[in-house]
Amino acid sequence: MLSKKLAAASWSDRIFDLVVYAAITVVTIATLYPFLNVLAISFNDSTDSIKGGITVYPRVFTVKNYETIFAYSGLMTGLKISILRTIIGTILGLVSASMLAFTLSRVDFQARRFVSTFLALTMYVSGGLIPVYILIKNLHMMGTFSVYVLPGLVSAFNVFVIRSFIDGLPYALQESAKLDGANDFTIYWRVILPLTKPALATIALFLAVGQWNAWFDTYLYNGSKDGLTTLQFELMKVIQSTTTNADNFRGRNMTEVMAQISPESVKMAITIVVTVPILVVYPFLQRYFVKGMTLGSVKS
Amino acid sequence: MKAITAKVQPEPKKPASRFWPKFLQQKYLYMMAVPFVLWAFVFNYLPLWGWTMAFQKYKPGKSFFEQKWVGLQYFRELFQDEQFFNALRNTLAMSLMGLLAGFIIPIVFAVLLNELRQIFLKRFVQTVSYLPHFVSWVVAAGIITKMLSTDNGAVNDLLMSLHLISEPIQFMAKGNLFWGIVTASDVWKETGWNTIIYLAAISGIGPELYEAARVDGASRLQQVRNITLPGIRTTVIILLIMSIGHLISIGFEKQFLLGNNLVRDYSQTLDLYALNYGLGLGRFSFGTAINIFNSVVSVFLLFVANGIFKKITKESII
Repeated sequence: MLSKKLAAASWSDRIFDLVVYAAITVVTIATLYPFLNVLAISFNDSTDSIKGGITVYPRVFTVKNYETIFAYSGLMTGLKISILRTIIGTILGLVSASMLAFTLSRVDFQARRFVSTFLALTMYVSGGLIPVYILIKNLHMMGTFSVYVLPGLVSAFNVFVIRSFIDGLPYALQESAKLDGANDFTIYWRVILPLTKPALATIALFLAVGQWNAWFDTYLYNGSKDGLTTLQFELMKVIQSTTTNADNFRGRNMTEVMAQISPESVKMAITIVVTVPILVVYPFLQRYFVKGMTLGSVKS
Repeated sequence: MKAITAKVQPEPKKPASRFWPKFLQQKYLYMMAVPFVLWAFVFNYLPLWGWTMAFQKYKPGKSFFEQKWVGLQYFRELFQDEQFFNALRNTLAMSLMGLLAGFIIPIVFAVLLNELRQIFLKRFVQTVSYLPHFVSWVVAAGIITKMLSTDNGAVNDLLMSLHLISEPIQFMAKGNLFWGIVTASDVWKETGWNTIIYLAAISGIGPELYEAARVDGASRLQQVRNITLPGIRTTVIILLIMSIGHLISIGFEKQFLLGNNLVRDYSQTLDLYALNYGLGLGRFSFGTAINIFNSVVSVFLLFVANGIFKKITKESII
């Protein structure tokens, strides 16, 4: 009786397994294939690419597409600005979030309730696109590098993730440091920060990816400033140039837009340049951000 | 009576006299918090003041008191504009589709991943599935446009070689396909990422439950249905309610990057409408009215969702 039951179960289990593996395979291919395809085209001769039929490896291998884009000055300044905003934005974001998180983790801090509510509300209220635009304009931040790092400096979500991590540390550590004569800032710097590394790594990844991937602030505030455009914005210009959406290039006429059309392979090469830094970083930080995500979700 | 007041009276004074000594004692904590609070005030709260623009005939360069108040004129204009209802329809359609797909598919994917028994394979698939989350929408839109293109796009090639279609479909030029394309792109980009929370919830289920089920002769499918799915029920409900609150604020990034003139009737969301007709044309007041409408509806939906949530679970998330 029992063996019959088990046999029946294993039969249906085998089908179940088959379905699971088939589905997982499809998902994996659907996720990975587009990237491999883009990579292959970026290394393929651009006139040959037009013939089509390139899958996951280049047919006529060349690095000319990359030479072409790196010779283009807009890309180099874009790269510089993107790296700069990623570094500065990440550091400032980490400092603000960790400092606020530390003060909020201190139950004895008088202004704790106020600060906490004040920050939490920012997650729900926002003035919207146009009031923010006017504010930036009135603060004379248009056409400056600061619009990349200042408006989004304080993120309540990040503060709360780090805070819940600090809450998990024993308070006795802070007390013993205090007995040794440390002030609150020293405790933050010497005791809390080193112990919060896993949470900080998660937040750093979020901040860095956010900074690296941002393009809309460039479009909105710095689009006409040649020295301040970011890599994503340059990529957007190139990609949009071949879509039918000519009016994204407000004020420019059709011939100008057509002149900007670059070969598919060159477009794909830029896409790869924009993507590679993230590809290199995220698998190493995976352990942390999985933890961080779950932590943040429980809190909010 | 007198005795009571006498007792109570010193109370209000006490915090005031305690505040300053403690303030000095905690000066470093204040120094670490106050600058950033001011920061948040400037960039998060000051723009709310900008909402007054919607009720004024806002002219840049003039001070607040020099602006002309016009009451609800811009809201009336908004509700008379056909494009507004179009944008509202698109926003609701795309957010509902995104909500459904972006909600069900990650759960299914989490369950599937959990059923993989080789740890290495599981980690590999997981790592791959996060990848699209980390690339920007600019990159994603470029890749998606390439995949869907009529000349040698992977999707058309696949459909052709399977003889499902006889000639390539112009995916990016068909308005009625746009909502589906946006939803599918979102699924492609975010499924792996959204799975993290469900996987964490599943790993919190006690293994003894599965063992007991196995002893009772439950098949793998039955285990999924009777243990895994009920085990993540609370997580599912919380996430569902939270996403309902954000229902209408789907933004415009995807629509901006994937859309084009040919599909505009289907791609314009409320935010994109505010961008094009408010900012693009310099009609700041009108655009702000759209922003306000958007926020009010969002908050309304959040409260409705929370109300439903309270009824079901007797807990509140706000």
